[in-house]
Amino acid sequence: MALWLYVARRIAILVPTLFFVSVLIFSLQQLLPGDAAVALAGEENDPAAVAAIRTRYHLDRPVVVQYGLWLGRVLVGDFGESLRSRIPVRELLASKLPVTVELAFCSMLIALSIGIPAGILSATRKGTAVDAVANFFALSGLSVPHFWLGIMLILLFAVRLGWLPASGYVPPWEDLRRNLTTILLPSLVLGTGVAGVIMRHTRSAMLQTLAADYVRTARAKSVPERLVVLKHALRNALIPVITLGAIEFGRLLSGAVLTEQVFAIPGFGKLLVDGVFNRDYAVVQAVVLVSATLYVLLNLGADVLYFLANPRLRDST
Amino acid sequence: MSVTPAVLAAPSRVVATRRYKAARQLARRPAAIAALTVVLGFIVVAVAAPQLAPYDPNAIDYRALRKPPSTAHLLGTDEVGRDVLSRVLWGARASLLAGVIPVTIAVVLSVPLGLLSGVSGGWLDGLIMRINDAMLSIPFLIVAIALAAFLGPGLGNAMIAIGIAALPTFVRLVRGTVLVIKTEEYVEAARALGCSRPRVALRHILPNTLPPLFVQVSITVAAAIIAEASLSFLGLGQQPPAPSWGSMLNAAQRYLSQAPWMALYPGLMIFGIVMALNVLGDGLRDALDPRHQS
Repeated sequence: MALWLYVARRIAILVPTLFFVSVLIFSLQQLLPGDAAVALAGEENDPAAVAAIRTRYHLDRPVVVQYGLWLGRVLVGDFGESLRSRIPVRELLASKLPVTVELAFCSMLIALSIGIPAGILSATRKGTAVDAVANFFALSGLSVPHFWLGIMLILLFAVRLGWLPASGYVPPWEDLRRNLTTILLPSLVLGTGVAGVIMRHTRSAMLQTLAADYVRTARAKSVPERLVVLKHALRNALIPVITLGAIEFGRLLSGAVLTEQVFAIPGFGKLLVDGVFNRDYAVVQAVVLVSATLYVLLNLGADVLYFLANPRLRDST
Repeated sequence: MSVTPAVLAAPSRVVATRRYKAARQLARRPAAIAALTVVLGFIVVAVAAPQLAPYDPNAIDYRALRKPPSTAHLLGTDEVGRDVLSRVLWGARASLLAGVIPVTIAVVLSVPLGLLSGVSGGWLDGLIMRINDAMLSIPFLIVAIALAAFLGPGLGNAMIAIGIAALPTFVRLVRGTVLVIKTEEYVEAARALGCSRPRVALRHILPNTLPPLFVQVSITVAAAIIAEASLSFLGLGQQPPAPSWGSMLNAAQRYLSQAPWMALYPGLMIFGIVMALNVLGDGLRDALDPRHQS
């Protein structure tokens, strides 16, 4: 199958998915108890402000019309303005996204550098103590509540040892060293969780490829074991891991909500939580919509990567 | 037609034999048995919290503010002198509820939806799956936070939010299993014998969707416990002064240098129960699906 055809097919599925995502996110507004205009006005009980919101969001029109008008605005990037700060939501999103992307990137780096070697080690030493320890740590990484791990790391590295700052964020263009010290602990918290997922997938993929005929042939040809593992088995085992990495990256972009809250990192997650507490619903809707869209697009990217990396899929009709 | 009852009884007998085999497989795994013991212990603690807790979990004692662990208070006291052990034991109740109720909501809604989608096919299947895909594309915790935000804070709303957030994974799982089972010979045999579509769906397909559902339930209970703790940590779940591990951690964050025990024990409890449920989930999957040995 040609790549363009594959991508076209995936996009054909993606469009209705994103349409329903927008419907679901718009529907959240309908859950607000009582008059939506009053709820959207937040603490402003001024009837004029409520009336202005009713007109601005067309709340006096039928729901379907409201949705159409909302979608029309969103498609041109107009998410409205924050009720609290009066800053356009688009600007808020643009300023917070790079922070979250940096956090996700650093977390992924940590996850891959722990997860892949641990997965290889575990698979090549299946059934040994090394395998059991690696599995235990992977499962621990999946089970530990990230926000608690964050609190514990702050307690150890900031409060007790005083090596790293407890919270806050410094942009890399202001001070790179301080940027790295502020991003290290939250990246470690998020990275260890993803490392667990990557380790388990690398292990099971490696176990499959190590049992494959071509690996047996390589061994029969007296290819050194190191080459068998790293060249013959790992290269094929990494195909599903690459796609998993892309999906996990998407999850990190939107799943860092509590970690950002614990470490006071001004990213997407913190924007969402602040939006929730300020009853700034336009911000909440925008963050959820953009997160979901990014996640869907990264999933598409993962599928395309899988398609490109897997010759069997590429050659099939 | 003496053959009919035998053929129709086959699926339930297959399920019963498989269940027995799975239970034996599970019993052979020490890690799974240890995990099951932890889960049962957690349920006992949650149910018997009033009998086990040494103090009233909400009893304020200004003479014992942030006291470290001692014989009087085994896990110390919090910022208003409440006994941390008693609050941890009572907090198990919120976590148990948060583990059971959202998953029940998700299972009760997903089984008919997944069954309908898988059995009917066509436009109905397409519609259900597109909406499901849309829900799946919003990360679990984000859905729960957004729903809890719009529904309003509180343990009840948090549980509804978590249940709805967990729904799409179950729908996809049930539908996927139904699509596989639909092509099995005993289903075709039942159809050939003239069983109606609802009878085939309920009597022959539904019982066989249960094994993978059990595994998912175990994993989702773990995710729901973390989600409840997360929502309560943010102030969207259990409301003070009622104890919940998440809200205890929220308060503990402010006294990290003076009273680290306030943060340590609730987190360890969440970690322990979630780890046990994940180990149990792994064990169940291996026991129920021999192709999936970990």
